Amino acid sequence: MKPLLKTCTAAATSALLCGGALAQSAMMSVGEGEGQVNIVAWPGYIERGETDKAYDWVTGFEAETGCKVNVKTAATSDEMVTLMNGGGFDLVTASGDASLRLVAGKKVQPINTALIPSWSKVDPRLQDAPWFTVNGEHYGTPYQWGPNVLLYNTAVFKEAPTSWGVIFEPQDLPDGKPNAGRVQAYDGPIYVADAANYLMHKQPDLGIEDPYELNEDQYAAVLELLRGQRQLVGRYWHDAAVQVDDFKTEGVVASSSWPFQVNTLKADNQPVASTVPEEGATGWADTTMLAADVQNPNCAYKWMEHSLSPKVQGDVAAWFGSVPAVPAACEASELLGSEGCKTNGFDNFDKIRFWRTPTAKCADGSACVPYSRWVSDYIAVMGG
Amino acid sequence: MTRPPRRPGGSLADALWRRPGLLAALLLALPVLWLVVVYLGSLAALLVQSFYALDDFSGLVVEEFTLATYAQLFTAANLAIIQRTVLMAAAVTLASAVVAFPIAYVAARYARGWRKAAFYLAVMLPLWSSYLVKVYAWKLILAKEGILTWAFAKVGLTPLLEAVLAIPGIGGNSLSVSYIGTFLVFLYVWLPYMILPMQAALERVPTNLLDASADLGARPGETFRHVILPLALPGVVAGSIFTFSLTLGDYIIPQIVGSSRLFIGQAVYTQQGTAGNVPLAAAFTMVPIAIMGLYLWGAKRAGAFDAL
Repeated sequence: MKPLLKTCTAAATSALLCGGALAQSAMMSVGEGEGQVNIVAWPGYIERGETDKAYDWVTGFEAETGCKVNVKTAATSDEMVTLMNGGGFDLVTASGDASLRLVAGKKVQPINTALIPSWSKVDPRLQDAPWFTVNGEHYGTPYQWGPNVLLYNTAVFKEAPTSWGVIFEPQDLPDGKPNAGRVQAYDGPIYVADAANYLMHKQPDLGIEDPYELNEDQYAAVLELLRGQRQLVGRYWHDAAVQVDDFKTEGVVASSSWPFQVNTLKADNQPVASTVPEEGATGWADTTMLAADVQNPNCAYKWMEHSLSPKVQGDVAAWFGSVPAVPAACEASELLGSEGCKTNGFDNFDKIRFWRTPTAKCADGSACVPYSRWVSDYIAVMGG
Repeated sequence: MTRPPRRPGGSLADALWRRPGLLAALLLALPVLWLVVVYLGSLAALLVQSFYALDDFSGLVVEEFTLATYAQLFTAANLAIIQRTVLMAAAVTLASAVVAFPIAYVAARYARGWRKAAFYLAVMLPLWSSYLVKVYAWKLILAKEGILTWAFAKVGLTPLLEAVLAIPGIGGNSLSVSYIGTFLVFLYVWLPYMILPMQAALERVPTNLLDASADLGARPGETFRHVILPLALPGVVAGSIFTFSLTLGDYIIPQIVGSSRLFIGQAVYTQQGTAGNVPLAAAFTMVPIAIMGLYLWGAKRAGAFDAL
């Protein structure tokens, strides 16, 4: 009962959802395809070779199963939740800060993993991950994950920075000039967790155990750190393209970032590299979730199976700069290459604190600061 | 001579002719439906939402009447957002009026023939390209390693640029991460909306009044103050309504060019999106509506609409 309780509270919304999840019945067998499947996905997640011929993991699936894949891209987690609330989709590639909201809102349903032969190939570290497993039931199949890395300019940092301190605390960088005005931070309230993660190591006496579960004292210390960071940051980054631009023309030399920007900047021959410092990092993990009002369940199951094939997983990882959810993919994709998994952070799993929506009640039942306050306080920090 | 056979269209025409009210109703049905349902309806929904509140624990909107959400607007951080946005909108409006006036004046008084066409083209041309492309282009112009910095360095004015950027409050690390940059982009993007109504108003100022003013011994400055400006005021006010309200509501420019300090539009975007706090977003939206209401009321009292 205790782990059950724990997952329910972590799922965060109320006891209601545990009951609701049990009420739904899972499918028992996968039959003939319905002819199509509608998926809400991050841009770049489902490619049919239109941008680059080599990156195509849809055409083959359509020919094999007769299920036409219709993709609706969404730019933010909130957009995904909104689209799923509207209905009419079979699958969604939800991140950890959206997946539990979808479960709580009963917009997704548990899947029958027995119908997905490749389930056994999924990275054991992800199989029962709390951001899509509620009450022992899986609400989808893991798709990709990745760390929020520290992106830095190699002309300034001859060696990789070992601490997130370079973007949190005022100091001189290796080129002898102060870091003020030359570092960036993410402008989403979820970034509060990055600061908490840093303090977890910097000030162990605060007793932070999970950056997504902060009590009032810990939260105050984190905000204090973020207010100090405001003095160092010229502009917070929101849009990946704007950040790429800021590294090129704005003199920014270090920032929290995604592998996507790192790869883009490297492709443009900019002197950059990325690292996961000793404190670890926050990260995201996406799940292909099955809609509660699924119209094309057979095609949806066929896609989930297809999405876990090593070749597809490797190709997506190469295209998106992410890490595959199926370890076999690391050797199965020419596009990803033999070093691809390592480059994108495969070995950093234990250092990653995956995105979750902070809630008012911690896993142990004590009071925590909820996400709505993260939002208003982070706005105040940025306005400071 | 036989009467032409009646067709169905003919009887419809007769019916419409006999009952003019029916014609009016048919013509107006669609626009009224749109105005009432889509426009006023969504505004009403917004107003209703703003009286709800978000429950911190469940993250769900509690649909009970409360003023708690409006009270949140008065926290220091939110007041700062409102103040920042209103000051920016006022600065942009004043600067637009100052920049637009000479352009509109020349266009209305002196441009004729192909020059007039060229004027319209020049003013409208920026509106033909995508707003986003323009803003990104400005980001590159204003960047620390951008064209402006380079140009200042070439003419030896770098210290001037640095002095401007060192001004506390509005300065910053570079033009593109300071309020000055945000201001310049706003000014550029909304300028046509100020020039066009101003020019239309100036064209309606009768030339003989200017001659009369001069004949009576007024200096150009006096003519401007006592004749041109009062007569052109409706145009200035119309333009300022555009620039002021557009700046109040914009959420893209301050996100791309600026120091990440939120404006009202961005606060609405963040609150309704990431936070799912629709009530607070709705309350924030009420702020520009209230400000514009006051503004229009004030403009009306000042007699700005008398000439319409």
